[in-house]
Amino acid sequence: MRKTLVILGVIFSTTNALAATPQDLLKQYEAQAKQENSAFAGFSADRGAIFFRAERMHSNGNKVSCSTCHTSDPRNQGKTRANKVIEPIAPIANPQRFTDAAKVEKWFGRNCKDVLERACIAQEKGDYIQYLINVK
Amino acid sequence: MKKWMQFLVLIGSITSTSVLLASGDMKGGGQLPAVSNVKWKSECSSCHMLYHPGLLPERSWSKMMSGLDQHFGENATLDAATRDEIMRFLALNSADKQDNRRSKRISQSIPATDAPLRITETRYFTSKHDEVSPLTFKRKSIGSASNCIACHKNAEKGDFAESQIRIPR
Repeated sequence: MRKTLVILGVIFSTTNALAATPQDLLKQYEAQAKQENSAFAGFSADRGAIFFRAERMHSNGNKVSCSTCHTSDPRNQGKTRANKVIEPIAPIANPQRFTDAAKVEKWFGRNCKDVLERACIAQEKGDYIQYLINVK
Repeated sequence: MKKWMQFLVLIGSITSTSVLLASGDMKGGGQLPAVSNVKWKSECSSCHMLYHPGLLPERSWSKMMSGLDQHFGENATLDAATRDEIMRFLALNSADKQDNRRSKRISQSIPATDAPLRITETRYFTSKHDEVSPLTFKRKSIGSASNCIACHKNAEKGDFAESQIRIPR
């Protein structure tokens, strides 16, 4: 009985990890955002849209934004600096997006440092996802 | 020597030379051997083409994998377990561990005190590409000299055979 429970637990947790939805991720970031800021008042797609296109001057002298690689229309394929195609970042065009929490964290971890030269806060991550899942 | 004998010797030497040349081209495999590792494949090809471990010596890979936070100007950090697994794979199949002709020549073209991170900076690469103009590499269809696959369509499999080269307009 105990064994069965353990096995069931494993199956449930793995399928659960695989089957995350963007909404699940938003909930996780919401919990984090509340911890980071007691005045947290929800995520905003509008703020996310501005964040997505906001250009800043990188210390290497290049202007960068999320849209540098993802293009300004998140339904389009993008391109890395090394000429590799990036599948669309908006779930409407690519349903795989924001369904794997570890993958999402990995890329926020890298790309926030590439664009902002710092880590993103949970508010920014949530706004970003909120914007992208609203893109129709 | 009779005329017909001279002729036979001539034919014989031409045949053996061409056989030698052909085998020289193939000996130990002119191309890099097929290698595979799931993490290497997925992690090392999300931003750029997949580079075969046999294109650089172990000391280069080691330097690269310990500086992933500054990977050619981008942050490419991995969790420690993934990084270590990929490093073991790269080391095992690196140019200085390979038996094929191309890897050996790449290895030999790098001074022992150097650990280049760019394949394009090895003497082997520059001598092989000295007839390609910098402007050709800058074409939109190519991007840069690092994008092997633009002209060597089977580059990700380690196949850089001369006969497979097609330089896009």
